[in-house]
Amino acid sequence: MLPRQILMSLGPNILSDLRRLLGADNVLTEKEDLIPYSFDGTAALQQMPGCVVFARTTEQVAGVLRLAVQTRTAVVTRGSGTGLSGGSLPSPDCIVLCLAKMDRILELDRANLTLLAEAGATTQAIADAAVAAGLFYPPDPGSMKISTIGGNVAENSGGLRGLKYGVTRNYVMGLEVVLPDGEVLWTGNKCVKDVAGYSLRDLFIGSEGTLGVITRVLLKLIPKPAAKKTLVATFVQMDQAAQTVSDIIAAQVIPCTLEFLDRTTIHCVEDFAKVGLPLDCEALLLMETDGHPGPVAEEAAKMEEIARKNGAKEVRVAKDDGEAAKLATARRSAFSALARVSPTTILEDATVPRSELAKMIRFVAAVAAKYKLRIGTFGHMGDGNLHPTFLTDERNQDEMHRVEEAFKEIFTEAIRLGGTITGEHGIGVSKKSFLPKFAGDAQMRVMRELRRALDPTGILNPGKMFD
Amino acid sequence: MTASVSHLKGLDYSVVQQCMHCGLCLPTCPTYDATKIERHSPRGRISLMRAIADDRLDVTRTFANEMYFCLGCLACMTACPAGVNYAELFEHARAEAESSGVLKSPKRSLIRAFAIRWLFMDLRHLRFVGRVLRLYQQLGLQRFVRRCGVLKLLPKRLRELEAITPDIQPKFSAELIAPLTPAAGRKKYRVAMLIGCAQDLIFSDINRDTVEVLARNGCEVITPPEQLCCGSLHAHNGEWELARQLARKQLEQFPPDQFDAIISNAGGCGSHLKHYHKLLANDPAYRDRAELWDKKIKDIHEWLIEIGVRPPANHAPEQVVTYHESCHLAHGQKITAQPRQLLGLIPNLKLVELPESTWCCGSAGIYNIVQPEMAGQLLDRKLKHIQSTGASIVANGNPGCLLQLINGAKQQGLNVRVVHPVTLLAEAYRR
Repeated sequence: MLPRQILMSLGPNILSDLRRLLGADNVLTEKEDLIPYSFDGTAALQQMPGCVVFARTTEQVAGVLRLAVQTRTAVVTRGSGTGLSGGSLPSPDCIVLCLAKMDRILELDRANLTLLAEAGATTQAIADAAVAAGLFYPPDPGSMKISTIGGNVAENSGGLRGLKYGVTRNYVMGLEVVLPDGEVLWTGNKCVKDVAGYSLRDLFIGSEGTLGVITRVLLKLIPKPAAKKTLVATFVQMDQAAQTVSDIIAAQVIPCTLEFLDRTTIHCVEDFAKVGLPLDCEALLLMETDGHPGPVAEEAAKMEEIARKNGAKEVRVAKDDGEAAKLATARRSAFSALARVSPTTILEDATVPRSELAKMIRFVAAVAAKYKLRIGTFGHMGDGNLHPTFLTDERNQDEMHRVEEAFKEIFTEAIRLGGTITGEHGIGVSKKSFLPKFAGDAQMRVMRELRRALDPTGILNPGKMFD
Repeated sequence: MTASVSHLKGLDYSVVQQCMHCGLCLPTCPTYDATKIERHSPRGRISLMRAIADDRLDVTRTFANEMYFCLGCLACMTACPAGVNYAELFEHARAEAESSGVLKSPKRSLIRAFAIRWLFMDLRHLRFVGRVLRLYQQLGLQRFVRRCGVLKLLPKRLRELEAITPDIQPKFSAELIAPLTPAAGRKKYRVAMLIGCAQDLIFSDINRDTVEVLARNGCEVITPPEQLCCGSLHAHNGEWELARQLARKQLEQFPPDQFDAIISNAGGCGSHLKHYHKLLANDPAYRDRAELWDKKIKDIHEWLIEIGVRPPANHAPEQVVTYHESCHLAHGQKITAQPRQLLGLIPNLKLVELPESTWCCGSAGIYNIVQPEMAGQLLDRKLKHIQSTGASIVANGNPGCLLQLINGAKQQGLNVRVVHPVTLLAEAYRR
């Protein structure tokens, strides 16, 4: 066996084998076809793959991996390429294995409240299928209209409802995974309780395409909440918004959404979405509570009271579901909308315990000032997950260097406050250099050994997460 | 701009760089939806344009073909939170493709010379062709040719094209509309009416209805019999200089300071007409006039709602209508509420929302002629949704879409009337 990391470039033989396996239409090699796959949703990262292939079945995925192992070719699995840490960025001359065409929803089990889908099904399609059955799939990452469930599982994506409903991991009951040698493994099932052996399912969730290729996902659905109420509160100081969030949690109210936007973000979002966000404030909180009508009304009233007590300028209640949905969609567009004001937007997702939130927000503002950087900050305030976004220009090398330095300080502070370097975007390549410091030697050793055990030839997403 | 200048490299880099590849355009792009291949998505196409601007890619045949595989429906612009000006990028990219010559072939050059440089540069030419076609249709020759089977001798593509040849109106706009139509009642506005090119041949009745509705709402309408193409066809097909020539002539024929509004009733034309200022930005002699022109150009739906259109009186038969949005009206001009408001004013007309109403029907200018396969898929999808509404009328505000839907309904034997909202309004007034 060859040692790990000695990967070969694509030869003509593997291309003809891939064409035989998948059909010529499903193997792209022209430069004009490869350039659009040379990046994902992450800013300022680009790498040309050797080819892009589409699988339609688990067997085809297994076939691609067997060929890759035989020829020592790197494989980077991809869904819709919306990731924000470079997780699906190609490695040089690799095979990009795109699962976007494996997008069927295979089963919705109303008796067990589960949904089985192929990895390429979009998060939106899954959410819609659940709603059509009167059920609810809560995880709602910003890119849910196009992100794939396979990608969501591989990155353990979060979203706006993480505070009350958790993240993708909390809804995965089972996975079909193809291992690098082509063997197909099922982990998990429809049982609510299952303690047979190690939970391999949990190992693959968030593995960022480094341990196997996820081909099918069995998801838990929950009953659709009967009622919800959405509020928008505006503040003249960011601290007031942060204090409101702390007070709401301390009052033991757990709303499904507690999102905040700063002034820059509010203006960009309003410019795009035109939902009537107030423009004359420093911070805006989008708060949503759902459940049975009685408690929803009580929680909404409580949140309004707390916001007012903390000096909210205005508290507005969405008049109906339509307006509530528009507000949530507007919030989801925040990251992309920030691109309106600068050529390059670099965002991170440092996360701290909620009690440290106000401190972290002040720190981010101070760092931006120190390095003379423009910043837009928004995020999931309720779960301590911030999205400081530097508004920059990748052609300005000096500024890009300052952005790097600023992030180093932000990550160090997040760790010092008991937080994490990534709440929901993953390590990928963006945060690879910060992982050893965060995880420590013991965790790094165990992760390396696990990866080597599952992928001894090192063909899967090489160079991501750690070397 | 001369042929040797690179359009994409010459573009302000911030326009090329604006796309931060978040992918939120993907689910709204008809060609990506159909293929699931990134090259056929806005994000993928922009990455190719950027690669050219960065000298990482030459202008190749594949690139050029890709730019023509794009419908130019601009649904991505509505979806894009970052505000990428895809319309501008796309027109530059097609111009780049044309000036590079990678697509050149004797047949293509001949067709382009005929259509873009001859037919649509002087509408007398277009009317001449229209008269010939009209004669062919009126004398029963078309029916004869179709029946006797001689068409079977033609190649399949030509046969398909013959089948979608539009019915030419018995009278063109100039024969239906006086150069000056006085306002009915008190004159409140003075407006100019753009009769369009294809619209004039195929839907001169819609032009007549538009003028009638305007007059009934206090507008004095100036409709010169000899008019020009707006140049949208030229700009969308990489012929910027010709588009500029036409724009200058329009500004001369319709000095914008002499009208309260200049009315277009074709979504596609309106979307182009509203951007003369950008087109003529480097032309000091016309720049200022073009800026005023952009403000005066109004889509008919937009204008009628703006001036507080008079609702028609009652007693029409009860009918169900659905509304298919022209891409360039909805995505290009962001006019979505006004047509629905107009339809809502007509007594006894019930508006049922069309699923995916803003999804392209495949007409897309001349797309249905140059990309029949993708256009056909989109038409089928549209017709299925139309049927699902149970409506007996489909309203739409753009001649290309109207034609596409009329042909589609005919081919599939659907019993729906395809009509411009302004025609429904005119009919209601006449009752």
